[in-house]
Amino acid sequence: MIGNARDGIRITDSTLRDGSHAMSHQFTEAQVRATVAALDGAGIAVIEVSHGDGIGGSSFNYGFSRTDEMHLIAAAKKEARQAEIAVLAIPGIATADDIRAAQDAGASIARIATHCTEADVSIQHFGIADSLGMETVGFLMLAHKISPEALAKQATIMVEAGAKCVYVVDSAGALILQEAAARISAVLGAIGDYAEVGYHGHQNLSLGVANSVLAYQAGARQIDGALCALGAGAGNSPTEVLAAVFDRIGVRTGVDVAATLAAAEDVVLPFIPRVPRMDRSSIVQGYAGVYSSFLLHAQRAAERYDVPAWSILEEVGARGYVGGQEDMIIDIAIGLQQSIGRTGTQN
Amino acid sequence: MAYKATAAIVGSGNIGTDLLAKLLRSASVEPIYAIGVDPASDGLAKARSWGVEASPEGVQWLLQQERLPDMVFEATSAKAHLANAPGYLAAGITAIDLTPAAIGPFVCPAVNLDTHLLAPNINMITCGGQATIPMVYAVSRICEVEYAEIVASIASRSAGPGTRANIDEFTETTAKALRVVGGAKKSKAIIILNPVDPPMNMRDTIYCAISPDADIDAISESIHAMVAEVQSYVPGYNLKVDPQFDLARPEWNGNARVGIFLEVRGNGDYLPPFAGNLDIITSAATRVGELFAQAKESVVA
Repeated sequence: MIGNARDGIRITDSTLRDGSHAMSHQFTEAQVRATVAALDGAGIAVIEVSHGDGIGGSSFNYGFSRTDEMHLIAAAKKEARQAEIAVLAIPGIATADDIRAAQDAGASIARIATHCTEADVSIQHFGIADSLGMETVGFLMLAHKISPEALAKQATIMVEAGAKCVYVVDSAGALILQEAAARISAVLGAIGDYAEVGYHGHQNLSLGVANSVLAYQAGARQIDGALCALGAGAGNSPTEVLAAVFDRIGVRTGVDVAATLAAAEDVVLPFIPRVPRMDRSSIVQGYAGVYSSFLLHAQRAAERYDVPAWSILEEVGARGYVGGQEDMIIDIAIGLQQSIGRTGTQN
Repeated sequence: MAYKATAAIVGSGNIGTDLLAKLLRSASVEPIYAIGVDPASDGLAKARSWGVEASPEGVQWLLQQERLPDMVFEATSAKAHLANAPGYLAAGITAIDLTPAAIGPFVCPAVNLDTHLLAPNINMITCGGQATIPMVYAVSRICEVEYAEIVASIASRSAGPGTRANIDEFTETTAKALRVVGGAKKSKAIIILNPVDPPMNMRDTIYCAISPDADIDAISESIHAMVAEVQSYVPGYNLKVDPQFDLARPEWNGNARVGIFLEVRGNGDYLPPFAGNLDIITSAATRVGELFAQAKESVVA
């Protein structure tokens, strides 16, 4: 079996991609360089650098990047001595030209992401990444939304399109223990002869690390984390905790635990304006199954329209919106404001 | 009986069949042929049941007919239209192209049809383009739009294999048309597929960067007027809320922003009403065909 043949796991650090959400896409080149130097020195093999919504994500809808991400990717590439630079690309947001530009800037791994039911829109982009000589990884987002069997079918589409690994992506931090493991097992059963399986966790219900361990036990060999959990919602599985936990249970990561702890504490923590935490809104995201990056957008809309962020997020969950539909947050906020207004006048 | 221009529809998938249903109601266009390449196509069977001559033998069959149509609606793929277009041109048939091939000028009926009515080949851009370009134009006719961005969300079930195989064609073509037809200086287009059940109606959000001292009352009035104009051929085209104006921010290059939130519900002709994305492009194409027919009639008369 190819899928779980790797000795130990490969940790991909997404501080500089998923963390971009928590930073409202305001990373500076200096922050990127310092983070890459620390991660690279700690032995992290893959460092993801992109706008939170992937390359091409800089926009009104998701927030504009303070620094052009291609510039940040190039800076990361220069700083890395052993680590490879990965980018996230979401078809419908990123185009083939964005993937080419990222590869030009120094990215060598393309992680192509779709909603968990829409894998076939990624086929074009896997082909392009592959033709550029990039390593390809598939990312099935909001994986809690469908059954393990249905998820496995979607993973097969990505592998047939060229993915060398497919991630079960718990974008809402909604998967609870066995729910994560069952998805890893099903996907591994479908694609294990041809590709690896990965797990990307969020902390909204505090299970990112525990799910990652169960994912490993179910056969996942690529695991995502972020320093200080810097990521959307209540953040990602903290890379420094993943390094410590996998070391304690004897799973080889190639990562130096002490150096990873230092990277989190000394390099990243000082520049974070808002450390992700499990507050009412992010717990609602995990509970209602809402895409984690909606959090800060809901908070901004809450302020603008004077309605609670958590109630916006609850409604996002009820309507079944998927990653990328941040515009609907404003729509919901206005609706809530009007319904509160109407109640007020009736009283 | 009033004069009717004749039409053929090439492509018997969702779009071609929905378009046929609309043209059959038209007072000025008469669809005489439906053409596909698959004898088992549901669309061709539907066409026959509606009394329209249908052939699975492709464009070659069409061009061999003694009675050629005045116009052909291409509802295949960009690649197929690139191959077919020279044949239409040589036969003197006006092509109304619903693929992203874009051989001819981009046309959005509410914005620029009068400029291109006599072109031998007219391109209908994309479904998202037909929904959002009128809004960008409604803003850009009042004030400069430095940047326009649109987000089109559609039900997964309404995204056909063509869209899925080349989603970049949608984002790139739509973004280009936001500039060329909509009048924005820079642009970006995003498309999201949502599988929720029951399926969601098409939603389109349009953001335009505008000057902090732009006349927001005039912009708002222009948007409402344009919505009414589009409604004349797409009855299910609606503003969900009033245009939202946000104050200037440094991260927006010092610009202010207007946000426009649309819902597009289809007519439910061949596809269910949630597929507003398909309805808006077939409705726009029908509108183009009818205005072309009227222009032709005035020449004939």
